[in-house]
Amino acid sequence: MASRRDFLKLSTLASGMLLVPNFLHGLDRQGLELLSKSSGKRLVVIQLSGGNDGLNTLIPYQNDLYFKSRPSLAIPAQKVLPLDKGLGFNPALDKFRQLYDQGKLTILNNVGYPDPDRSHFRSMDIWHTGSASNEYLSTGWLGRYMDVCQSNKAAIEVDDMLSLALKGEKYKGIAVENIQRFYQATQDPFLKSVTHSHQEEHEHHSVSYLYKTLAETQQSAAYLQEKVKKYRSKQEYPNGAFARNLKTIAELITSDVEARVYYASLSGFDTHVQQANQQARLLEELSEGVCSFVQDLQQQQMFDDTLIMIFSEFGRRVQQNASNGTDHGTANNVYLIGNKLRTPGIFNEGPDLLDLDAGDLKYSIDFRTIYAALLQQWLQTDANAILTSNIKPLGGLV
Amino acid sequence: MKAIPFPQQLRHLSWRAGFGPTPATAESARNIKQAVKQLFKASEKTEFLQVPMPAPVDGMRAKDLGPEQRRKQLQERRQALMQLNRSWLNQMVTSEAQLREKMTLFWHGHFACRLQAPQLLQLQNNTLRKHALGSFSDLLTAVAKDPAMLQFLNNQQNRKQRPNENFAREVLELFTIGRGNYTEQDIKEAARAFTGWGYNAEGEYVFRERQHDFGPKTFMGQTGNFNGEDILRIILQDPRTANYLTTKLYLFFVSDTPHPQRIKELSSYFYKLNYNIAGLLEQIFTANWFYTPEVMGARIKSPVELLAGLQRMFDVSYSDDRSVLVLQRALGQELFQPPNVSGWAGGQSWIDSSTLAFRLRIGPAVLQDAGIEVALKPNDDQEPAKPIARRADGLRIARAKANISLIEQQMAKVDTSELPEQLSSFLLQVPLQPHTLQILKQGMASSSSKSEQIHYLAQRLLSLPEYQLC
Repeated sequence: MASRRDFLKLSTLASGMLLVPNFLHGLDRQGLELLSKSSGKRLVVIQLSGGNDGLNTLIPYQNDLYFKSRPSLAIPAQKVLPLDKGLGFNPALDKFRQLYDQGKLTILNNVGYPDPDRSHFRSMDIWHTGSASNEYLSTGWLGRYMDVCQSNKAAIEVDDMLSLALKGEKYKGIAVENIQRFYQATQDPFLKSVTHSHQEEHEHHSVSYLYKTLAETQQSAAYLQEKVKKYRSKQEYPNGAFARNLKTIAELITSDVEARVYYASLSGFDTHVQQANQQARLLEELSEGVCSFVQDLQQQQMFDDTLIMIFSEFGRRVQQNASNGTDHGTANNVYLIGNKLRTPGIFNEGPDLLDLDAGDLKYSIDFRTIYAALLQQWLQTDANAILTSNIKPLGGLV
Repeated sequence: MKAIPFPQQLRHLSWRAGFGPTPATAESARNIKQAVKQLFKASEKTEFLQVPMPAPVDGMRAKDLGPEQRRKQLQERRQALMQLNRSWLNQMVTSEAQLREKMTLFWHGHFACRLQAPQLLQLQNNTLRKHALGSFSDLLTAVAKDPAMLQFLNNQQNRKQRPNENFAREVLELFTIGRGNYTEQDIKEAARAFTGWGYNAEGEYVFRERQHDFGPKTFMGQTGNFNGEDILRIILQDPRTANYLTTKLYLFFVSDTPHPQRIKELSSYFYKLNYNIAGLLEQIFTANWFYTPEVMGARIKSPVELLAGLQRMFDVSYSDDRSVLVLQRALGQELFQPPNVSGWAGGQSWIDSSTLAFRLRIGPAVLQDAGIEVALKPNDDQEPAKPIARRADGLRIARAKANISLIEQQMAKVDTSELPEQLSSFLLQVPLQPHTLQILKQGMASSSSKSEQIHYLAQRLLSLPEYQLC
């Protein structure tokens, strides 16, 4: 009955404004301080859906092999925004270069996993669950973090639908794209009164599970609605759904919503055909949105406790295809953005284009070691309880 | 304990052994035994899916296609997948062979293949349908030789010189005996036995002798020059395989909560029956415990059960081809696209705050002929992002209409004051709490017609969590 804890927190925080369903009245007072255990640290995960082409994002612009492999798709060296280790940014990432210059960005190269899968769905499944490629899990890594926190409000995805990453065994994140709409959709008076008067005794586990989920959804919606009233971001954000979602996250964070994990996605990276313009537009949307988000949090003194991780389900093949695009590949970059990075800049050597696996980059960092580091060192929880096999946290990140 | 009325028991049976009752579900049976007999009788026939499939581009391999041809091929496949989906859902709704279709759905999740090749998926689906109620041994062998599985788990690439263990691993872990009952060495040896199993361009199984490893293998304690069939036979000799399958069937047909004692008894019965699937199911459907409040309404409907059941009871018609796909995807169960080889996890995993809210809105929306909007996550395997596409393409609207007149006929003899009780036991598999009934009654406007009241009540009942259970 761990979810009673959430209701206690909710009802105390919202100063008794909300109805507490009858069957949840037996309150358990031990759960009050659960979330404070992460010492106020927050993780924001940004997913680039479709498989972003890492080689045209962070470009090995001093490497001939890169230009040979991409006769019509390579970014000319003089256009690249040079960083370090022979690598430089796609010109669309000017805002990321600013973060880099300020020491707020860590770039990890060659992140992947053994026996990579080239299906979008399966590879995303692997990243979401934190499984090995021959292992099938039905819970997500952040969902299992919620199981450890024993709270349904530990994670919020700004979207209409909840990603597998945020589904735990017992606890699942909240998916909300528009808080006002979410609130209105859950306030049907008939359902509210039925839920309110629902008695838990003498019935199936399944009935009470559904009623509990429903009551929690109603409560969460009211809670979020009440919270965000207090703060409206004044920061300028670029147009588009992605930036709007980041703005929502900034508002939630600044309103002291107690979630520890936020999740947002930007899609369209599956660039098999005519990649150049499409990817540039997406990278610009990404970097400008993230940059506004960082400024917003800085102004509200919320940035120090926030860490952003950006990933994609796979990178793309080294060789471009015949349609001025790229096909599904393997290892890729992961980006961390924050104010407390231990190794700002480029974390490890860029990809070795001489040592490929059938035309694909070889991974040198298992993504799960990054997860382990974020869980252990940032969210301050036991990564072993969340990741299935014994994964050692990658040192030097946070 | 109050005895459960016979019509209620029949509705229970039709939800579990099929896709729910229709308003006219005939009560021609006098008792459960007879009803179960009729159920099996109706499923003796096998109606295969026969969706026309796009012709392959003449003599060209996929990687040699130009961008335009590739786009066209992708679009044709997507179209065929959609037709396949609609065609099967339609069969679930209309077929007399309810149990066969239900069982096909079970095996569809058990032998889960996620491919973008509609031809192979249709073939596999018909293989599952053909053997759905027969012997598990026949089914297992047929699936193992079916092109979809050979393709999905890479047995097509399993050769003597370079064994591929993918199929061997999953056959043990997911399809038969379950984790913890075999060693990594068993997987390696089994993989050798399956070398050379493949399929040709016509989608037919072929045994490629030159790629097969004829040498001796030691598998689960036995040694011999085993081939693939031998491996499957040895796995089936182990009663733990019967136990693994029975547990999964129990969760699917009986309850989200396993019952170790019943599973133990059923599983040794299944083993004794030599894995006869119909025999095991008959045992379940005729057990007294199957018709107790503990079991009735204990399962969360899967999205497909929810949609098919709604369609059967309310004669739902969708306004366009996409709607039914949009709903499946939004609810987390798209036919022919299981998440991975382990299928859909089922039970509580169907439910999170957004899917539940969405589920509760579907019934009322359909009754009111209102559209429901949802922003779907992108599916890049099916629809790679087009250069010009903006991401607003995630927003989809599903729309359908319902027909309530058959339910009105059923309620013709019911007094208006009795409508809430009667209609709720007609539409729900769990009894409503007195408070809820009270709220329903209070909401009924005395001035409205009986038809309006039925409409009002049906909408309310479909918006309740109880409707999500069967």
